Amino acid sequence: MNSVDQLFQYTQTDSSVLKDPEVAHVVLNQNKVLGQNTVPGLNVDLKEMKEGIQAFLTVEEGIHIPKTVHLCFGMMPEKGVQRIEMEINLEKNSRLAVLAHCVFPTAVDVQHIMNATINIAEGAQYSYIEKHIHSLEGGVKVYPKATVHLGPYAQYKTEFDLLKGRVGLIDIDYQTHCDTKSVLEMTAKINGLAQDTIKVNETGFLNGKGARGVLTSKIAVRDEAKAEIRNKLTASAPYARGHVDCKEIVQDNGTATAIPIVEVHNPKAHITHEAAIGSVDAKQLQTLLSRGLSEDEAVELIIQGLLS
Amino acid sequence: MSLLQVKNLNLFLDGKKILDNLSLDVWEGHVHALVGPNGAGKSTLAFTIMGLSGYQNIQGDIIYKGESITHMGLDERARKGITLAWQEPARFEGLKVKDYLKVPSHGKDKKTLEQVLNQVGLEPANYLNRAVDKTLSGGERKKIELASILAMKPRIALLDEPDSGIDVESLEKIFEAVKILKKDGTTVVLITHSLAVLKQAEHAFLICCGRLLKKGTIDKISRYFGEKCIPCDHKNRPQNSQQGSSS
Ligand SMILES: Nc1ncnc2c1ncn2[C@@H]1O[C@H](COP(=O)(O)OP(=O)(O)OP(=O)(O)O)[C@@H](O)[C@H]1O
Ligand SMILES: [Mg+2]
Repeated sequence: MNSVDQLFQYTQTDSSVLKDPEVAHVVLNQNKVLGQNTVPGLNVDLKEMKEGIQAFLTVEEGIHIPKTVHLCFGMMPEKGVQRIEMEINLEKNSRLAVLAHCVFPTAVDVQHIMNATINIAEGAQYSYIEKHIHSLEGGVKVYPKATVHLGPYAQYKTEFDLLKGRVGLIDIDYQTHCDTKSVLEMTAKINGLAQDTIKVNETGFLNGKGARGVLTSKIAVRDEAKAEIRNKLTASAPYARGHVDCKEIVQDNGTATAIPIVEVHNPKAHITHEAAIGSVDAKQLQTLLSRGLSEDEAVELIIQGLLS
Repeated sequence: MSLLQVKNLNLFLDGKKILDNLSLDVWEGHVHALVGPNGAGKSTLAFTIMGLSGYQNIQGDIIYKGESITHMGLDERARKGITLAWQEPARFEGLKVKDYLKVPSHGKDKKTLEQVLNQVGLEPANYLNRAVDKTLSGGERKKIELASILAMKPRIALLDEPDSGIDVESLEKIFEAVKILKKDGTTVVLITHSLAVLKQAEHAFLICCGRLLKKGTIDKISRYFGEKCIPCDHKNRPQNSQQGSSS
């Protein structure tokens, strides 16, 4: 097995996708580029740094990248830092979908630091899904930070999933500025165990007329895990619409805090929020118990459903 | 032979006596009906037999296969083969029908899942990948609950109003499903208000105000219900009520 396959096997994605010439991809092990492919209209420029990589991605005006681009940010060593400095530009009316695999399968003491600037120009559409696969040691600290600008009529849909392995520490900090009639959808799904710490800090500024934003967090904390979710939507233009949604399941000695902030600076804007924090629903739990599951199995199934 | 015996059951909720010295026998392999007006205590009795939280602090005894289960938890009772389909089944965000149906069948093959959906009149292709969440209609959710019971093949199934929210055409499917349960060896208790459902049973219990008013054949109970319970305003006990008339 070559080094690309070795790393990619943890992503739960068939590595044959990397053999498809129409699928652009980048595979990284810490600061080394193990594999790369690009497609017409997508420009990828990578620079290795001491502890990571600088990446510039541009999708040219009007280009629709037909197949999902795979980015694999991995780290095979048990210890170390991986720093990703990323700039992504989607030019006018372009389209891009990215599936990012962040795999730290053997991490004992690893830091993954990501700083991204994302510009989505007028009418462009960007979908970014980031899936994390961590070790069971809880030895990963993840700091994803991004500033996003959405031009008029642009769309940005992003999802952050951490469902396999321990979270360790995760500290998400995203800020998005939304112009006229742009659409922002941001979702985080995280499953915390043991002493894991989860911090989510997402802000959407609905500055343009008719801009829309939805911030969703679905979090489970078990054992001694802690979660603190601060999601904020600010609407300052007429007809801006938004919703902040936070669901957290707390079991054992877990702790969850949700601070949804909604701010409206225009009488014609409208933002709602909803937060539900608590144990697993008693009726759901008892239904599964009455079909023969143990309590642990039932809780697991309910949480996997919520986070699915 | 009785599979389950409820003996002198008393249950207080919120300081109110909800089950009042209630005794009844459920016979192995038979289909029973539990009838009575709204608020009579039918669901409460089912919850108590199942051992749901909040329904475990009882006076009296529940005997299953000759053994007291009164001090057993819900999960233990389920593992012994007792199950309950709620009057209003729970909704689960994100949990697919196929995964929900795999719970009682311990991951059995797709064929079983398709079979049980067909048995309740749902087209598998349209439902297996849907979530058991609030997007299902009330009737669809009830049918999936029954499918889950079929997949479980329990020893005893307490079905709380299996007909509620079910359209007339689908009702026949529900009755067929009850027959399949019986054929598979499941003892069934149907909680209902409907005469059509009552007719699916072989024996019936009539409950009012947490007490067993009468038990016996379907004819006898439906006649009694029509003559005494319907004219009664359901707040008072019917006149001449006598506990435990023989069947
Ligand atoms: N937790 C509770 N606290 C207080 N009273 C309760 C509680 N749960 C049920 N009750 C009361 O117990 C009585 C029996 O309720 P139950 O739900 O068992 O009736 P039912 O026979 O199933 O009625 P229906 O036909 O309407 O479903 C009702 O008067 C109800 O209000
Ligand atoms: Mg009821």
